[in-house]
Amino acid sequence: MSTILRPGAAIEMAHGGGGMATTRLIREIFARHFANPILDQGHDAARLTLPHGRMVMSTDAHVISPLEFPGGDIGSLAVHGTINDVAMGGAVPVALSAAFIIEEGLPLETLDRIAASMGAAARKAGVPIVTGDTKVVERGAADGLFITTTGIGIIPEGIEIAPERIAPDMAILLSGTLGDHGVAILSQRQGLAFGTTIESDSAALHRMVGDMLAAVPSIACLRDPTRGGLSATLNELAEAAGVSMVLKEAAIPVRPEVAGACELLGLDPIHIANEGKLICICPEEQAEAVLDIMRAHPEGREAARIGTVGASMPPGTPGLLRMETLIGGMRVVDWLAGEQLPRIC
Amino acid sequence: MKYVSEFRDPALAQSLATAIAREVDPARSYAFMEFCGGHTHAIFRYGVQDLVPSNVRFVHGPGCPVCVLPMRRLDDALELAERHGVILATYGDMMRVPGSGRRSMLTARGAGADIRMVYSPLDALALARDNPGRQVVFMGIGFETTTPATGMAILTARAQSLTNFSVFCNHVLTPPAMEHVLAAPGIALDGFLGPSHVSTVIGAGAYRPLVAQYGRPMVIAGFEPLDVLQSVLMLVRQVNEGRREVENQYSRVVTEAGNTRAKEVIEEVFALRETFEWRGLGSVPRSARAIRPELADFDAEARFAISEKQSREVKSCECPAILRGVKQPKDCKLFGKACTPETPMGACMVSSEGSCAAYYTYRRAETMAEMEAAE
Amino acid sequence: MCLAIPAQVVELLPDGMATVSAGGITRSVSVALVDDVALGDYVLLHVGYALHKISAEEAEATLKMMAEAGLIEEELGAGQ
Repeated sequence: MSTILRPGAAIEMAHGGGGMATTRLIREIFARHFANPILDQGHDAARLTLPHGRMVMSTDAHVISPLEFPGGDIGSLAVHGTINDVAMGGAVPVALSAAFIIEEGLPLETLDRIAASMGAAARKAGVPIVTGDTKVVERGAADGLFITTTGIGIIPEGIEIAPERIAPDMAILLSGTLGDHGVAILSQRQGLAFGTTIESDSAALHRMVGDMLAAVPSIACLRDPTRGGLSATLNELAEAAGVSMVLKEAAIPVRPEVAGACELLGLDPIHIANEGKLICICPEEQAEAVLDIMRAHPEGREAARIGTVGASMPPGTPGLLRMETLIGGMRVVDWLAGEQLPRIC
Repeated sequence: MKYVSEFRDPALAQSLATAIAREVDPARSYAFMEFCGGHTHAIFRYGVQDLVPSNVRFVHGPGCPVCVLPMRRLDDALELAERHGVILATYGDMMRVPGSGRRSMLTARGAGADIRMVYSPLDALALARDNPGRQVVFMGIGFETTTPATGMAILTARAQSLTNFSVFCNHVLTPPAMEHVLAAPGIALDGFLGPSHVSTVIGAGAYRPLVAQYGRPMVIAGFEPLDVLQSVLMLVRQVNEGRREVENQYSRVVTEAGNTRAKEVIEEVFALRETFEWRGLGSVPRSARAIRPELADFDAEARFAISEKQSREVKSCECPAILRGVKQPKDCKLFGKACTPETPMGACMVSSEGSCAAYYTYRRAETMAEMEAAE
Repeated sequence: MCLAIPAQVVELLPDGMATVSAGGITRSVSVALVDDVALGDYVLLHVGYALHKISAEEAEATLKMMAEAGLIEEELGAGQ
């Protein structure tokens, strides 16, 4: 039974010192919540037997304030974020590693809750956390808790997901509503807080991706529009593929509450972060089939076709992303300069 | 959202576009200034220009408080945060605006200053209540829309005897700035889209003397794209019929007298400054507010000693002419090169409402092409 | 600098405050600048203060005019 989780107990420098306190912390919190056969071997390095094929590897650092937010926490977010990055490479995720930088003074109860949520997210996704590390830093040197997760996965035969495969006339699909995660986080911010039932869309998308690729191997590109939102992701893809793109504003799904928050703070949902959405670019004739598969998954129930890939751009010119607005005008959808700030203008 | 979605309806947009196309005189051009940055934003955000004939041109005005705030005032605010160690509470719009030496509230915050973004002056009051050991200064900025909220915060602070709350007041007035544009020699404007939300406070009546004196049509217009289109239609009709009136398209919120109580709060808390420096316009008489002497306890300028500064605006920047509607962003050789939203040199690139920022974000390719063609 | 949005009053609070809802998000705001605010009213909200009530009749009339604009020519009187 637990010996370190006393009421009111907090992380001390000793928990990072490598002695008994460190061993207890790892055993009673991390090993307990992440338990799986590979981790249970207790080595510093995990030994895995991988299926044949090309491997994908992705790493992600997670910093978020507050650590726990409506619809998730930094732990489940760290699991979902890396699983999704692996899945967007067309791969089936196999295993995760997790590294924790913990600030002195973080309540152990909070750490325990986050580790429990992280273990549950990994189990639900069927992707074990097989190795990890813990460091403790002095009060003020970190914002409670930072988590870095790395994931590996194997790409099935015949799948080739790459921006360069994006070609004119392909369909641009989005798996659901925009801005849920960013608005859920924003609603908690001091000075900007508001009441909302909106929760983060944080979710693992690899099973949906697996079904999509099994049915339509000709999908050209997948990407999850996290930081910078839809606008940053599509600008990046348009530039990498050397194509233009045209979106239809009326087709982009946005929850009324997210729209309300954006009106209130002068933000645009296309720039806001998502943690459980994907963009899929596929041949026009496969678009409906892919949408049907997405809509069969809870994570893709509100999937929609939001636009079309336009002409190839002359070499040397950046991609160009445009949008037909609600009233039928056209506008450029640009990258943001820096972060999107709430405005009253 | 009620009162929002209806005013973004594509069928109604087409109806208005049809009417405008039918009623414009192809033999002449129409140049309408939208005074407010809010209108500039809506015009670009929704591609309104695409729904009106090419001989109807929008000229962007100086109605963006962030854009017209002189660098000196921003430097003063930064000094409050850095030298006097206050908690500086500000709207998000101010965070990126460059002061002297490319410093901004964001960079100052990165260097350790305690600068907090708030949505409302009420949040700034809450900061003062939650931090009794610290002085909290609220950056008061904006036109008549925003002034009453700042005034209410000061009255609330007085009622609650909050001794650690003050306001750095930069509030400005719309009609004097409008007059400044109208009185300039050689303006080629056929009419004005009047402010939406400023007018909810000051009322449609506030513009009648200006329209009578300078003889330009004015339609007070809502900020939704359909409001802009309908107001353009009303302006076209005024021009075609030779009328020069104040009309109110935004009648669902704007009345002749405006909000009497809000105006009383403004009068109770603020006095008129004899003159105030506007970025791009220079000194404009009786165009800004200061906190009344009897409320000096809540006036950051009275409470803290702020040093005399020599802030210098960027020389080759064409913002002054652009803010008056005399030049366009493409006429500035800094546009898109030295001056971008990430590295703004001048007022019009600073705010998302500034006309350079709007051209850069929404029409960069066309603008740069026009600049190259002109060289 | 004048971003203001329509919001509906869903709860009246003491000290001239009210809870308003915009598209389902709620915030406590001041209604001290507006006379006789009642439950269900729509107000124009700016930086945490209601600035003015929104007139349902005027909004209807405006939308009707927009719909008719493309069909027939009619004089629009000033400030209807």
